[in-house]
Amino acid sequence: MKKFILDLHVVERQLLHREYVLLKLTNPDAALPEMCPGQFAELRVDASKTTFLRRPISINFVDYERNEVWFLIRMIGDGTRALGLLREGDTLNAVLPLGNSFTMSGAQFPKVSDDASLLLVGGGVGTAPLLFLGSELKKRGYKPVFLLGARTAGDLLELEEFSKIGELFTTTEDGSQGERGFVVHHSVLQSRKFSWIYSCGPKPMMQAVAAYAAAAGRIPCEVSLENKMACGVGACLCCVENTKEGHKCVCKEGPVFNTEDLLWQN
Amino acid sequence: MRVQGRPGIQYGGFVMAELSVQIGKLQMKNPVMTASGTFGYGLEFEDFMDISRIGGIIVKGTTRYHREGNPYPRMAETPSGMLNAVGLQNKGVEYFCEYIYPQISGIDTNMIVNVSGSAVEDYAETARMINSLEKIPAIELNISCPNVKQGGMAFGVSAKGAAEVVSAVRKVYDKTLIVKLSPNVTNIAEIACAVEAAGADSVSLINTLLGMAIDAERRRPLLSTVTGGLSGPAVKPIALRMVWQVAKAVKIPVIGLGGIMNATDAIEFFLAGASAIQIGTANFIDPATCVKVIDGINDYLDRHHYSSVQEIVGALEL
Ligand SMILES: Cc1cc2nc3c(=O)[nH]c(=O)nc-3n(C[C@H](O)[C@H](O)[C@H](O)COP(=O)(O)OP(=O)(O)OC[C@H]3O[C@@H](n4cnc5c(N)ncnc54)[C@H](O)[C@@H]3O)c2cc1C
Ligand SMILES: Cc1cc2nc3c(=O)[nH]c(=O)nc-3n(C[C@H](O)[C@H](O)[C@H](O)COP(=O)(O)O)c2cc1C
Ligand code: FES
Repeated sequence: MKKFILDLHVVERQLLHREYVLLKLTNPDAALPEMCPGQFAELRVDASKTTFLRRPISINFVDYERNEVWFLIRMIGDGTRALGLLREGDTLNAVLPLGNSFTMSGAQFPKVSDDASLLLVGGGVGTAPLLFLGSELKKRGYKPVFLLGARTAGDLLELEEFSKIGELFTTTEDGSQGERGFVVHHSVLQSRKFSWIYSCGPKPMMQAVAAYAAAAGRIPCEVSLENKMACGVGACLCCVENTKEGHKCVCKEGPVFNTEDLLWQN
Repeated sequence: MRVQGRPGIQYGGFVMAELSVQIGKLQMKNPVMTASGTFGYGLEFEDFMDISRIGGIIVKGTTRYHREGNPYPRMAETPSGMLNAVGLQNKGVEYFCEYIYPQISGIDTNMIVNVSGSAVEDYAETARMINSLEKIPAIELNISCPNVKQGGMAFGVSAKGAAEVVSAVRKVYDKTLIVKLSPNVTNIAEIACAVEAAGADSVSLINTLLGMAIDAERRRPLLSTVTGGLSGPAVKPIALRMVWQVAKAVKIPVIGLGGIMNATDAIEFFLAGASAIQIGTANFIDPATCVKVIDGINDYLDRHHYSSVQEIVGALEL
């Protein structure tokens, strides 16, 4: 897929909750390029000397009709804070679309006609790529099931958008919304049988989801990794993850991996 | 942009200053190259610009045998720069010749291989194998690597060690031999003179500076290897100083690099004595930096009424 360097314009900024910001951007010059769920952008932050490198951020959603790409930002450091503080009308330089994508077809992939049940498990800001993924799956005739977890009700993001696309289950650590506890303890995992699982969020969560998938009859499970990156295009070999086939670039051969291929060491 | 009555070559409707340079037997259409390890094999950047416009593309460090590299994390961002500890991950020279060379031999510019090793014989064997590849007109020897037989001290930190590798490679390699110097030395000009005497056609500098970064909260190093190589604008003043010292000490052309982000940075290296420059970490910030620097150098030459880049090499006024 061809990659582009674009100067995007911020058309909307929403503070969703405390440190979470939703940015909607447009390409003023032309139609946005085609992007796939799971892919990310490298965003330029010229905020200070400590934010020298670009920041990798998942593609949250693409609205081709309005020519908009959305990013969901969790402000945890100088770079993400600078992104979260952008205002409507500001310009943001983005390199996109980068990386591989979640599987949505192929011989191994369940067919709509086979009553496929696809589970999308997200935690915290890791829910970001699942919105785009869910909407693309829905376009293909699937009925995605979302299971989203967070610390408290306020940290559950974009719930209205998710519920438009598919069935939605939630957990919170303090019990303020949905079932109390972690996503892997949600009752839907016991009451239903899933044929494919996608997961994105904190590593311990993804590891627990992978363990569930393996125990529940080796359900194929794809996760999106967030290794630290420099180039984002497979040139520097800084972002590698150790896999059964040796070091792989998360930015180019990932960020999406089948958990069977990972070694999951720290 | 057009300057009347000035010699130059026609390019896209404009008169360009003469940007071509010669390094050993290597003829380059302009003095801008990519730094090894920061530009992959070039192909990764094809979507962003016409990579054949770049004077020379120096590909990833290549070793005699496959190397898996260091464990993650291999990178830490630092003020105006970054540390890396990639550890020369590559599939070895045989794999390069068989699978990668066919993919890059069609790129219409100088494709140069950066050669690394942990023993003199490995450098020589790798160079010998690359010597037979028709479309690779030059190699760049990375002598910042640890010498396993000499207790892990880098070849490039002593004049003797540096000269030994260069002599061994010179015997088996007859195209343009560039030697990339380590800045982690007391007297870089002395090392440069030693590799010149051993048969190098050119020296490039600087490689990364040894550095370290710590996560205070966790009381842990940020790199799996504890220390790593610093690059980016943070190193530019050191790189400029070293290029200036080396250019005064040797007769062979000097290739300058270290923290070049734009054309102005590049011009500073020419003024300090570099005949060509390389762009490394900047490729991560703006993947189209190389072509912008080429155009920017031309603009500078136009603005100052120079007709060729050679006129500003070492033109620092003291
Ligand atoms: C493919 C990919 C997709 C991503 N998608 C999103 C997204 O959609 N939304 C979003 O908000 N963030 C996303 N991230 C994470 C985001 O890139 C980092 O949070 C950001 O780079 C941190 O920059 P900073 O300057 O704000 O923080 P820094 O000052 O760099 O770091 C602040 C603190 O966060 C820690 N930290 C930094 N990066 C990471 C990381 N990747 N994983 C774990 N801890 C980290 C640091 O160790 C430090 O303690 C993604 C990362 C990757 C690789
Ligand atoms: C991620 C990374 C990988 C590198 N790999 C190599 C290498 O394989 N061989 C080499 O000679 N230099 C390597 N270098 C050093 C660069 O080529 C260059 O000398 C250095 O980064 C300084 O230039 P810069 O500040 O423009 O990046 C690497 C640098 C980086 C950042
Ligand atoms: S970030 Fe450079 S290879 Fe992945």
